[in-house]
Amino acid sequence: MAISFELTEEQAELRRVVRQFARDKVAPRAREMNANREFPLDLVRQMGEMGLFGLPFPTEYGGSGGTYLDLCLAIEELGRVDQSLGITLEAAVGLGAMPIWKFGTEEQKLQLLPALARGEKLAGFGLTEPGGGSDAGGLRTTAERDGDHWVINGTKQFITNAGTDMSDFVTITAVTSQQPRAVTNFVVPTGTPGYTVGGGYDKVGWHASDTRDLYFDDCRVPVANQLGETGRGFANFLSILDEGRIAISALATGSIQGCVDECVRYAHEREAFGKPIGSYQAIAFKIADMESAAELARNQYWYAAWLMAEGKPFKRAASVAKLYSSEAAVTAAREACQIFGGYGFTTEYPVGRFYQDAKILEIGEGTSEVQRMLIARDLGLPPARVG
Amino acid sequence: MRIICPIKRVPDTAADKKIDATDNTVDRDGSEPVLNANDEWSIEEAMRIKERDGAEVIVLCMGPEAAQTTIRKALSYGLDGAIHVNDEGVAGSDAVGTARVLAAALADEEFDLIIMGNQSSDARTMLVPAMLAEFLDLPALTYAKKLDVADGTATVQREMPSGHQVVEAPLPAVVSVVEAINEPRYPSFKGIMAAKSKPVATPDLAALGVDAGEVGLGGAWTQVDEITPKPPKEAGEKVSDDGSGNLGAQAVAEFLTKQKLL
Repeated sequence: MAISFELTEEQAELRRVVRQFARDKVAPRAREMNANREFPLDLVRQMGEMGLFGLPFPTEYGGSGGTYLDLCLAIEELGRVDQSLGITLEAAVGLGAMPIWKFGTEEQKLQLLPALARGEKLAGFGLTEPGGGSDAGGLRTTAERDGDHWVINGTKQFITNAGTDMSDFVTITAVTSQQPRAVTNFVVPTGTPGYTVGGGYDKVGWHASDTRDLYFDDCRVPVANQLGETGRGFANFLSILDEGRIAISALATGSIQGCVDECVRYAHEREAFGKPIGSYQAIAFKIADMESAAELARNQYWYAAWLMAEGKPFKRAASVAKLYSSEAAVTAAREACQIFGGYGFTTEYPVGRFYQDAKILEIGEGTSEVQRMLIARDLGLPPARVG
Repeated sequence: MRIICPIKRVPDTAADKKIDATDNTVDRDGSEPVLNANDEWSIEEAMRIKERDGAEVIVLCMGPEAAQTTIRKALSYGLDGAIHVNDEGVAGSDAVGTARVLAAALADEEFDLIIMGNQSSDARTMLVPAMLAEFLDLPALTYAKKLDVADGTATVQREMPSGHQVVEAPLPAVVSVVEAINEPRYPSFKGIMAAKSKPVATPDLAALGVDAGEVGLGGAWTQVDEITPKPPKEAGEKVSDDGSGNLGAQAVAEFLTKQKLL
């Protein structure tokens, strides 16, 4: 049989350990972190000691020597109890560290990766701008060469992990030539003069994760801070997003499974008309649908991760995983709140938080519409005409 | 410094324990076996010494072939190797039998310190650490909630109902630890990956020169004659209040007085 869904013993143990950590250390604090909009530095550091931030990187660069699927397994387990910590890990590794690993010179990798892989520092991924996210090609941030430096001007929007006490740098896209248009990536360290981290947003969910607006005002970085080839910046960043969709799908899967966990427990405990509510089809079928969605979502992100690991084309499978699991997560969280009735509309139980947190899964790292467009294009349908 | 960490494979602590009716021992297939929780504290304590002063830390486990997974779990915390007394003949051993086998496994080993959990979550006799020390003719420092090792001496704060005693002994010594001693870490992924390549010695009883008749269920000094399941939990007493708080408070006070708690 060429098809196998068997995890290795080490992967199964990783999942057990992260599940235990999530249950014992994260879950008891999730409500408070959400209410206080607190970025939990201590938990993030502990995740660093567990090697979670280095999962897909080799040990020579401070990594744990695992795979991208290992990272996804950890994200799913964290997401099962707290989506904010799940996205913190996803963005730190998939978006923060990955550009250095994929496009950095050997020197840049040795200099920048180890602290990220050990979870001692975090990096942001500066692609989205106020003018657009899905239309990332319309970016306006510029970088002009001035001797041994690049001078950056512009604004970035909705950047994860850029403003914490652990945030070391952000990698950005900037237009380095208008005719012909060329976009290039740069590493901008925290504290560089002219680089300001904004105060963040009043978000609907993901309250315990760090999301910032970034401002570059004649910000000078040495030419050595260029990341990857000149003119390849946009394509390089899009390839980061292709992989990231698998990890976001893992996060969404965790959200759905978390809803199942909560609803199964509550359906046993809560009684109506003299019987546990789980004995009524109206409730039981909702939970059965939720579990079906969790399993399908997981199967699809595992499939996409497998394709990627095998070096096979994986972009469509990743888009399918991201599209399906994020929309299923919103549905699952909405139905979970319905099952909890009035309590589902409070913060007393986690399902209300899951509902707050789920919506962004349909938006971040490529909206549902972008996923549908990518899937349609991959099927050979004609591209949309602009203008 | 060389440290030995004896560990035990136990039924899942959170699960309901089942008793095998044929021999009145714990049914070890009844739930997923795990590493005894108290052993996480002893392993953590050994790891802290290793990280501070440098030490080789060796796991010691007595159990069937399947105990390999528990040993690997222990190794994933960063320990260096293991001795697995792998012999079906040890099944059903009581505390004396267990201590006898563990002592035999260490007879030819060089070590400075044995650190172990003060009890296993299945049997809870709390006897093995002291018995092991006796068999090895070593000092035993039990119920340690703090451990310092310096200049060939182990000093512990020994947990007592009313506080703690400070007790010390020259190395080598046996130290058993309680929950208050530390907060164990989670294994790192590197540790999980490295665990499978750590050396594990697997002597059987014959190799250790242990008389099979002295251990296992047959050699046990204690015998379980009868088992009675704990009575089902009774419904609690409900106290009503008229909203003033007075009636409820009075009823609670009466209840506590009846229980001799007030």
